[in-house]
Amino acid sequence: MLQFTLQRLLWLIPTLLAMALVTFIVMHATPGSPLDPVAEGANPLSPESQKNLAEAYGLDKPLWKQFAIFVSKAVHGDFGQSFVYKTRTVTEILVSAFPVSLLLGSMALVLAVAGGVTLGVLAAVYQNRSWDYASVTVATLGVSVPNFVLAVFLIILFSFVLPIFPTGGWGEPRQWVLPAITLALGPMGIIARFTRSSMVEVIRSDYIRTARAKGLAERPVILKHVLKNACIPVVTLLGPLFAAVGTGSFFVEAIFRVPGMGRFFVESMTGRDYPMIMAVILLYGAFLALMNLVVDLLYGFIDPRIRY
Amino acid sequence: MALSTPASGTSLDVGEIVAAAPSAVTSSLWRDAWRRLLRNKLAVVGGVTVVLLCLVAIFADVLAPQSYAKANFGSIYQFPSREFPLGTDQLGRDVLSRMIYGARVSMLVGLGSQVIVVLLGVPLGALAGYIGGRTDILITRFIDVMYAFPRLLFVILIMSMLGAGLINIFIALGLTGWVGIARQTRAQVLALKEKEFVEGARALGARGWRVLTRHVLPSALTPIVVSITFGIPEAIFTEAALSFIGVGINPPTPSWGQMVGENQQFLRSYWYLCVFPSIAIAVTMLSFTFFGDGVRDALDPKMK
Repeated sequence: MLQFTLQRLLWLIPTLLAMALVTFIVMHATPGSPLDPVAEGANPLSPESQKNLAEAYGLDKPLWKQFAIFVSKAVHGDFGQSFVYKTRTVTEILVSAFPVSLLLGSMALVLAVAGGVTLGVLAAVYQNRSWDYASVTVATLGVSVPNFVLAVFLIILFSFVLPIFPTGGWGEPRQWVLPAITLALGPMGIIARFTRSSMVEVIRSDYIRTARAKGLAERPVILKHVLKNACIPVVTLLGPLFAAVGTGSFFVEAIFRVPGMGRFFVESMTGRDYPMIMAVILLYGAFLALMNLVVDLLYGFIDPRIRY
Repeated sequence: MALSTPASGTSLDVGEIVAAAPSAVTSSLWRDAWRRLLRNKLAVVGGVTVVLLCLVAIFADVLAPQSYAKANFGSIYQFPSREFPLGTDQLGRDVLSRMIYGARVSMLVGLGSQVIVVLLGVPLGALAGYIGGRTDILITRFIDVMYAFPRLLFVILIMSMLGAGLINIFIALGLTGWVGIARQTRAQVLALKEKEFVEGARALGARGWRVLTRHVLPSALTPIVVSITFGIPEAIFTEAALSFIGVGINPPTPSWGQMVGENQQFLRSYWYLCVFPSIAIAVTMLSFTFFGDGVRDALDPKMK
């Protein structure tokens, strides 16, 4: 197990390097440069100032050298100065924005797991009855409708028609509710569908029949015997769900004016903020890879049949 | 060993051995699947809606009552009325007409991107699985790296670097979308190439290319079709999401995601500008999901 963990952690290094390289290539192989803004109404820079800026930011060096410098600095946690927010370093910006996204994401994930498993269990226990249809409906809506569309409907419903929650902002906990629910609905639907089918399979198995035959009441059968085993495949879903919550949060943050990573992500890309783009992509990549590792370890812990 | 099993293609027992005899059984596999699909009410509703949306997309020029691009400053932010059934936007453009043209963008992106994804993903996945060795390692490693990227993140990166526009959306979706289907094709080919009917074909003297295209790939078709039916709504979603944040379709060409994104700040005052495109996106996504679920269940009844 320790060896497996170390191996996976070591694999992280070439994976992140490859991601950095691909991102670097995409940034530099496409037309346009941060010195020559393509945005409408932007003032063109004179050749001299372009040259000075390129020197100041190290953009005049050969590409392989730029990449080497980036990697050697990034290893020490130094991602350089943002091109767009010129007074702040990339690390400063991320340190202030990432916790906000992390809080929103964690709330959404907890909500998604709790809600999704509950819906899935209800659907499986009351198979082909109204509980089943209700939970499948919620799950399908969550899975297939994009979260920014869900956000529009939720705002209309819970901010305008029934003015319970504010339309945006991130000051007080009341403002956390709608963004977290919006972000949770998609993953919740996926978990609910998966839990349902996994539960249905387990309910039909021999050891459940045995549990019932020995006279065990329905509640412990479902909660202790079925749910425990049905949860195993659901855990594998968590990896991709982290990714879904992470990227989904751009849109939710934009609609609900949450000061997280989402805003910087899109702004850095359209503004060709090279240091920021690299840092954001690597941060997401590393975070997701680590979460996947945690999920794999958790999987081995929950299901003793799996050995690493 | 291989010869003791029923020879492929000549088998008379049609119903049960779908996996064992590809070429002779495929037609009836598809007919069975079609019958199962028609029995699924939700899938039929989804399928009919999809066909209607395609028709709207094709005949947008005829159906749209007004131009989608022409500004009319005499009638901005009009509430839905007889003249403008879904209201007008900040430039006085008819929302209904813009939504009709938006269907064209969505369908084009959904179907077009899948063509690119299949053309890239299936051959690469099949080659990796069939040839194996160094080719396999190279392609699989590349797929793994692409998988490490959160997909949407990479699409947004490519789009902001290339700039908004329909062609660039195809490029971005094609470049990122093929890995899933390639992975699936590879796994299928890997499993199928050890099967007896493939060995049989080889024993009868079929060459590698012919074995791959005539025997292995047709049997791997089911999961590929399923992955396409789910790839279409995903592509439509991605385009809507890209246009929502402003790196998707170039204005004045309308897209549903763009309409929601441009007007979400005015939700309180002009809710209709946001709500109708939102409904269109939701209905489209739900229809494709119902239809896709139906296709999957019809092609592989065991998975239900």
